[in-house]
Amino acid sequence: MKPSPFQYHVPLTVDDAVTILNNVAPDDGHILAGGQSLVPTMAYRMANPAHLVDINRVAGVDSVGVDNGHLSIGCLVRHAAFETPVIDGPIGDLLPKVCHHIAHYPIRRRGTFCGSLAHADPASEWCLVATTLNAIIELRSVRGTRMVAADDFFEGMMSTARAENEMLVSVRLPLMKETERFGFFEFSRRAGDFGLTMVLAVYELAGGSIVNPRIGLGGVEDRPSRNAAAEQILAGSAPSDAVFVAAAEAASASVEPMEDIHAPASYRRHLVKAGVLSALRQTVQ
Amino acid sequence: MAKFDPDVSVIGQSVARLEDPPLVRGQGRFAADVSFPGQLHMRIVRSSMPHGRIVSIDTTATLQMPGVVAVWTVADIADIPPIGFRDTRVEQLEPYRQPVLADGVVRYVGEPVAAVFADDAYRAEDAADAVIVEFEEWPSIMTADVTAEFSPGHSTEAMVVKQGYGDIEAAFGAAYAVVELDLSVGRHSGVPLETRGAIARHDAVNDIIELHGAAKVPHRNREQLARMLDRPLSSIHLFEGHVGGGFGVRGELYPEDVLVCLASLRLGQPVKWIEDRREHLIATNHSRQQRHRIKAAVDRGGQILGLDDVFFHDQGAYVRTHGARVLEMVSGMLPGPYRIPAYRIAGHYRLTNKTPCATYRSPGRYEGTFVRERMMDAVASRLGLDRVEVRRRNLISQSEMPYERDLQALGDDVIYDSGDYAGLLDRALDRIGWPALLRQVEQRRHNGELVGLGLSMFVEKSGLGPKDGVFISVDPQGDIEVVTGGASLGQGFETVIAQICAGTLGCDYRRIRVIHGQTNRIANGIGAHATRATVMTGSATQVAAWKLRDRALDAAAELLQADRADLTIADGEVRHKNQRLSPCVALGDISAWISAHPSGTDAPGGLNAEGWFHTEHMNYPYGVHIALVKVDPSTFAVKVERYLIAYDVGRAVNPMMVEGQLVGGLAQGLGGALFEEFLYDDRGEPLSVTFADYLIPTLHEIPAVEVLLTEDAPSPKNPLGIKGAGEGGVNGAGAAIASAIDDAIQCSGAVTALPVTPARLMVLMAAAPKNPAAKDRSLSVADH
Repeated sequence: MKPSPFQYHVPLTVDDAVTILNNVAPDDGHILAGGQSLVPTMAYRMANPAHLVDINRVAGVDSVGVDNGHLSIGCLVRHAAFETPVIDGPIGDLLPKVCHHIAHYPIRRRGTFCGSLAHADPASEWCLVATTLNAIIELRSVRGTRMVAADDFFEGMMSTARAENEMLVSVRLPLMKETERFGFFEFSRRAGDFGLTMVLAVYELAGGSIVNPRIGLGGVEDRPSRNAAAEQILAGSAPSDAVFVAAAEAASASVEPMEDIHAPASYRRHLVKAGVLSALRQTVQ
Repeated sequence: MAKFDPDVSVIGQSVARLEDPPLVRGQGRFAADVSFPGQLHMRIVRSSMPHGRIVSIDTTATLQMPGVVAVWTVADIADIPPIGFRDTRVEQLEPYRQPVLADGVVRYVGEPVAAVFADDAYRAEDAADAVIVEFEEWPSIMTADVTAEFSPGHSTEAMVVKQGYGDIEAAFGAAYAVVELDLSVGRHSGVPLETRGAIARHDAVNDIIELHGAAKVPHRNREQLARMLDRPLSSIHLFEGHVGGGFGVRGELYPEDVLVCLASLRLGQPVKWIEDRREHLIATNHSRQQRHRIKAAVDRGGQILGLDDVFFHDQGAYVRTHGARVLEMVSGMLPGPYRIPAYRIAGHYRLTNKTPCATYRSPGRYEGTFVRERMMDAVASRLGLDRVEVRRRNLISQSEMPYERDLQALGDDVIYDSGDYAGLLDRALDRIGWPALLRQVEQRRHNGELVGLGLSMFVEKSGLGPKDGVFISVDPQGDIEVVTGGASLGQGFETVIAQICAGTLGCDYRRIRVIHGQTNRIANGIGAHATRATVMTGSATQVAAWKLRDRALDAAAELLQADRADLTIADGEVRHKNQRLSPCVALGDISAWISAHPSGTDAPGGLNAEGWFHTEHMNYPYGVHIALVKVDPSTFAVKVERYLIAYDVGRAVNPMMVEGQLVGGLAQGLGGALFEEFLYDDRGEPLSVTFADYLIPTLHEIPAVEVLLTEDAPSPKNPLGIKGAGEGGVNGAGAAIASAIDDAIQCSGAVTALPVTPARLMVLMAAAPKNPAAKDRSLSVADH
């Protein structure tokens, strides 16, 4: 449980970080932010980066702000920043509800929102939020900045569209309208464990009908995803338990769940149904 | 916690623990805190292969790496025998002992193959990664349901442990009904937060090897090490510091302990080894995994006429220090508190390609109680009787005590010394408000909740003999030192011993320093295991304190020119019984005076005494567990809402600490019932190697445990009447929770295996009949 040797770099600005990363990335260099996934992985020697670019002293990237209809989250914003609402309105309420499921408080004090996205664990709550809400991810390299939609960002199990020399600088979450409703479900074996299944359900209610439904599933397949089958059933319907059940069953039937020692595929499939139903029922409570 | 009252005997008071001040101030000294100048760090290269032949071990690159001093394989320690059995000698099991380093064959992932010694823990781990081991893979045996060849001429079934009494054939011939069950307990174990650690140095001046990081049984391990290293006993000493949890697994003699001792001698530098968590989960003893096929012959009224059990013990890759003790305890203790006139049990001791197993808190009883209590529920269900009533009808009565069974456990005849099992059952039901609770559960069930109640009863054992001794001395300032051969695993040993000494002698328990786990201070000791420390070391302390009290009174009578019969000792001073203002003399002054005026009868060195306690047999505390659980119908998660442990401890020296033992034990029992499991894939790769895989319940998962501590049946086997408390919180937990889950899902006999994970419960509930009239489908029942 002692990591392999590595070289340690401590940039003070984003530009420096990106420059160093550009130099060391081909030589197995990685960014260290909160370290709540990377460091244990290094301790187990499942990751053996030759260089660590520790961005914890980079200035000016630790705040949450509103920018052009988006909530902008800097790359050193810790999970714990969302323990309470950072903004009024539905998204302000949603984020704390999700945040409380992320591991335990000491971990939330160190781990970062952006780090979770870069790590892309299928059971990451923030990856689910980013996917469901159509987040935009800002990647910077020595060549410049590019914006990637969450849907294009997550490519598989701990695999993303980020190039090895790119730094995830910020995430932009579209603000939610006052008419948007949401529900969140997560089940884990113990409090704070990785979720075996997570569901984030969001929709608008217009004229008594569901508009723009987004049913995000996390912890089920190799990456977070929206569930088209459930969304199709919900779109245009009036919220009712029968519609919710139908959506839950459609979601459950359409997934191809992962298996691990805590949950065979059949159990995850069941949890998807239970979770979609639970998340949708919360929207009318 | 009660305030310490010097006018009341401190024995029986919930006084504050003596151990806590350094622990809460960050002054603890655990294994990792021990370091010596110039020390080397050892890193073990472990097998990545579940079963196979070692074709080659290439250490060339490793030896070139910075800081590396040596790399050992079995060839380097060819003179060291395999690790033997501590307290039992079973010739039949000797071919299955574990070599210190793999000897040509590996039998589990995690088996030590080579040892790397370097000047730094990081470099040692880097260097260990560079050792190249080539294996030829052999098929793995991952279940105890089958047997194969272990080594030429030796089957993986190492032995069959058989016990029994009565006419079992006649019992089944006369049965009204026979109930058969197939039950399994999962592989789990004690997972202390402090991993193992061993730090050895060779004191060349005196030619003594010191081993630090010892725990549980330092004296016994010292004897074993002396034999293995072929050295005189006096040339090895073991030292115990703080121990962050024992639970049976810590403190046994493992390959790493032997290696650091040998390396300190041969490399001429101190050697430190600290186990990491992954290593702990694959290298330290596992436990529990068994499958039982049991049948009971019962009469029409639910009385058990005979119990016939065949079980299969999944030992893992080698037989470790305990030999066959877990199987002996299963077979000797399985009948529990019930009469059971005829009994037959056969335990098949089988090796598999997993981490070796040994004892874990309540070894053999957690398993046996699960099996027996599942059977009691099944009998009740089969005959349409109340679960409590069936148990009551089979309980051994108080008037039958002492109750001898023709069985053995830990090499001792099983003779229940005292107990009022029915009385404790009544008190437990009364405490939890059983009838009202049944009504509440019925009401909640009516409202659609899946809630259920379960109970289990059991007999524990404690106070394993044969003897223990302590040496008490008073220094001139009046502080008292009690040197014991006991051990502290964090259970409050020092406080208990100090309370017994103080209460017997008449002084403040806080002026007593209790020495434990230091083989250079006392020649004998059996440590702390098998719930024996308070009974055995405590009783020896009482004997020594009586002697010391006598000597103090003799001396004081002379000093005070008083009649000895008029004197007493209180608050560390000898004084007149009735005259508070009369002259008195402090124990410290008496000690100084004896030192200066030695007489022929006094031991040298002041006021001191040695005391020994011997016992022929163990004693038998007993308990009742009651669980209220709720099953979430959407996730199949089980929440334990309420939990009562009723336990008769004979005499509680410190009730607060006894409760702590029981509640802590329940956390582990609940873990084994719902969460903890060492899993492997079909090939033999361990899957539970981090705390994200191996789930220990946390505060979120443990209910506020209610404890009913009783002292109705003091043990006649020791003067204070003490029985042990270390294992009563674990013992009945799997059984009670299983029973409660059955009740919650309204399907008697549904739970046949632990742990009950949500995924498994989903399958159980899908298979459960919806019609409550057909509850018994998982039971195979034959009428006669």
